[in-house]
Amino acid sequence: MKALRFQRRPARFAAANLAGRLAPGKGAAVGPLRLADLAEPDLPTDEWVRFRPRLAGICGSDLATIDGRSSTYFEPIVSFPFTPGHEVVGDLADGSRAVLIPVLSCATRGIDPPCPACAAGRTNLCGRTAFGHLDPGLQSGYCTQTGGGWSAEMVAHPSQLLAVPDGLSDEAAVMVEPTACAVHAARRVAAGGPRATAAVIGAGTLGLLTIAALRGLAEVETLVATAKYPHQKALAARLGAERTASPRELSRLVRSLTGAWVTNGGQLTDGVDLVVDCVGSEASLAQALQVVAPGGEIVVVGMPGHTHLDLTSLWHRESTIRGCYAYVRDDFEEALRLVAAADLGRLVSATYPLARYEAAIEHAAQAGPRGAVKIAFDLRKQERP
Amino acid sequence: MPRPGFVLDVDRSTPPILFHHGEGFRLEKLPAGRSRVIYPGEPLEAVDDVEETIRRALHEPVDMEPLPALLRPGMKLTIAFDDVSLPLPPMKRPDIRQRIIEAVLDLAAAAGVDDVHLIAALALHRRMTEDELRHAVGDRVYDAFAPQGALYNHDAEDPDNMAYLGETPHGEVVEINKRAAESDLLVYVNINIVSMDGGHKSTATGLAGYRSIKHHHNVHTMQRSKSFMDRHASELHHSNWRMGKVIADAGVKVFQIESTINNDTFGQEGPMSVLAKREWEWSGRDRVSFLAMQQGLKRLSPATRRRIFHGHRAPYGVTSVTAGAIESVHEITLRHCFDQHLVEVEGQTDILTMGLPYIGPYNVNSIMNPILVMCLGLGYFFNMYRGRPLVREGGVLIMTHPTPWEFHPVHHPSYIDFFEQVLADSTDPKVIEETWEQQFAEDEWYRHLYRTSYAYHGVHPFYMWYWGSHALQHLGRVIVVGGDARAVKRLGFKSASTLQDAFEMAEDTVGPQPTVSHLKNPPLVMADVT
Repeated sequence: MKALRFQRRPARFAAANLAGRLAPGKGAAVGPLRLADLAEPDLPTDEWVRFRPRLAGICGSDLATIDGRSSTYFEPIVSFPFTPGHEVVGDLADGSRAVLIPVLSCATRGIDPPCPACAAGRTNLCGRTAFGHLDPGLQSGYCTQTGGGWSAEMVAHPSQLLAVPDGLSDEAAVMVEPTACAVHAARRVAAGGPRATAAVIGAGTLGLLTIAALRGLAEVETLVATAKYPHQKALAARLGAERTASPRELSRLVRSLTGAWVTNGGQLTDGVDLVVDCVGSEASLAQALQVVAPGGEIVVVGMPGHTHLDLTSLWHRESTIRGCYAYVRDDFEEALRLVAAADLGRLVSATYPLARYEAAIEHAAQAGPRGAVKIAFDLRKQERP
Repeated sequence: MPRPGFVLDVDRSTPPILFHHGEGFRLEKLPAGRSRVIYPGEPLEAVDDVEETIRRALHEPVDMEPLPALLRPGMKLTIAFDDVSLPLPPMKRPDIRQRIIEAVLDLAAAAGVDDVHLIAALALHRRMTEDELRHAVGDRVYDAFAPQGALYNHDAEDPDNMAYLGETPHGEVVEINKRAAESDLLVYVNINIVSMDGGHKSTATGLAGYRSIKHHHNVHTMQRSKSFMDRHASELHHSNWRMGKVIADAGVKVFQIESTINNDTFGQEGPMSVLAKREWEWSGRDRVSFLAMQQGLKRLSPATRRRIFHGHRAPYGVTSVTAGAIESVHEITLRHCFDQHLVEVEGQTDILTMGLPYIGPYNVNSIMNPILVMCLGLGYFFNMYRGRPLVREGGVLIMTHPTPWEFHPVHHPSYIDFFEQVLADSTDPKVIEETWEQQFAEDEWYRHLYRTSYAYHGVHPFYMWYWGSHALQHLGRVIVVGGDARAVKRLGFKSASTLQDAFEMAEDTVGPQPTVSHLKNPPLVMADVT
């Protein structure tokens, strides 16, 4: 069967890093990702089932890996070679469709008793992602044995599957996984109580979905969002942002909105109660610190990496930065509802066959400038085993 | 004998016309047979002896006692003067304000007046820097008064130093600088560069704050000021005149000193002098000089170009100094203004073109940001008419300016927010006024910057937009030639890369073979449209 394969090849990794710096997405052509003919993956245990992807999205974390930008932090919890793809809607053997919940928790690894996080139902925080009968892998799409969505076939544990209602299109269903991330973040926010003001940094897929989730699940009186491109601004507004601004305008918008003053360094004296950073870059985190109110909270939803930050304001203003990774099963169920209610399938801008993976990845990496949001592989016409 | 302004009908022999284009210039061919150029008059003859003219004005005022008779020991005297927004460009030293203020101070000293304050009447403009104050009043006056705290900028946001004087019959609040209001005599020293300036507006606006100014600096008023350069047809001025009556009724005694200057903006020598000449009269030397200037400017960075242009000081000649009762003085002043600026023009045209220069009232030593481009074009230049606008209703305005998406962060902080937040939401003056004005006007950060830094008041960009609201209502389309396309779009206007493209675009609005008027300004010219 055809599958995209990511191998541990340091020289190619370095080449991808260089190419990715020159132009986002270019790492696909020179890096360790290759289209290959592979045997179908074995079932790790009898419990596991075969899962044939129909659509598989390209996520920001995939792009970071392909362009050689991802942190070495992941190395112990990833097994090489692997087939990427964790945003997946696919077919089961009985002909039904399901969405993949990609987290590889204790239940998928045959670890019993489960780790404290899994025992508490917080499978996204599973502490055993490098252990058990599976190769290391924090999610399907980063684990050799499971395969990933960028292939004609992968394997899944029943705990990883969520049935897709008949009325939901594949395009909508492939948005469920990233929406679950946003739902998870919104629930975190909701648990902290109502917020008068919030800023969402970034209006790529994750940022837009977070805006929709915050509007659906949290109490935020005034929500502002940064967006670089006109289509992102329009979508952000349609999904519930009262105000949008380009990244360089955010600080001034928040100042104006909250009546803050400004110190010489550009730090606002007041700010928004909450910042949800859906980018995770050094610049976005620094901006979050600049615009968050004293005592406010920064929730990091976008995947960060090595970052140089001045945290003095964090200390001085008693603000909080907290990470927000992935989701649990409940988040998926809520995401399924939200995707349908907010018509989030419209965010799928283009699909590609596996054979055109270089173009697909380049498109995904330049989605903003090209007026797109989510790019996915379409495997429905792919020859299957 | 200086030649008056006139209207040139463009024919095939007409050379390309010089258009100002920010810190640069363009030479543009206008369509022959259907275009006309309104040229400013040459500089009127200046008075021979400025000091004597001032002396006579102070001793022989109009409808008021001579100034020495109004001065006595123990009295409280305040001298207010126009701020950095006048004249444009700034005049060569000595500034006429300095000469008048020195004369007033000499009389005050002779009369034994020792409680004297000097206030830059800047309303909601930015504070003047020390250099700018020194330029306006001279080093001698500055050194004598500023160190003691007796020469300072008006602060319209200092609640302890504003005096409420009452309301007009129209419900307009009148509140002015307390020191000025409580003085035994307020001497106002103005430079009436255009007919909009002066009269009751000097005190009623220059020494007022937002509570007062909002009654006439609004969309309703500006759309009913046709034009605001013609005070008798200007609701802006009617409101100020009503306020002037309240000020007088409250017992504030104003001795108004108004001055006018001629059109000698660019001098008779040097590379800038060619800007005041009529194109067909350019000598070979003028052409070489202009081409050299063009080439030289192209090689400079924008910041260097800006520095060079803003370093220019105009050698204006003083054409009049008139003192006395406000209204009587102002009528005389207006006659002097119109003598210099007014040109009779017959009828309107489909298109009005104008080249916007590097400077307007609110970017002295600063950056002409897109909002100021709008204000200069649709506010000041469009309104340089008496009778009817030069362009017909539904016509097209074409202006040339680079319109950079660039702002002076110290001078124009609220402009940046206005551009990014307000204009991104709407360009409709009424919507903007209703939705956003109060928030900006009452923003404590803007107040702080206005009072302690060199920032225009938070509400100021709104006034710039309102200044163009009559034009916005009147015009069918606005096209900016050679501007930053993104910035022009944010203003709600269309971009064209050449004047010819702009003419083609304009035909979509006004039809084929449109008639064109070009207002060749500066030096200043005002159309008396019949």
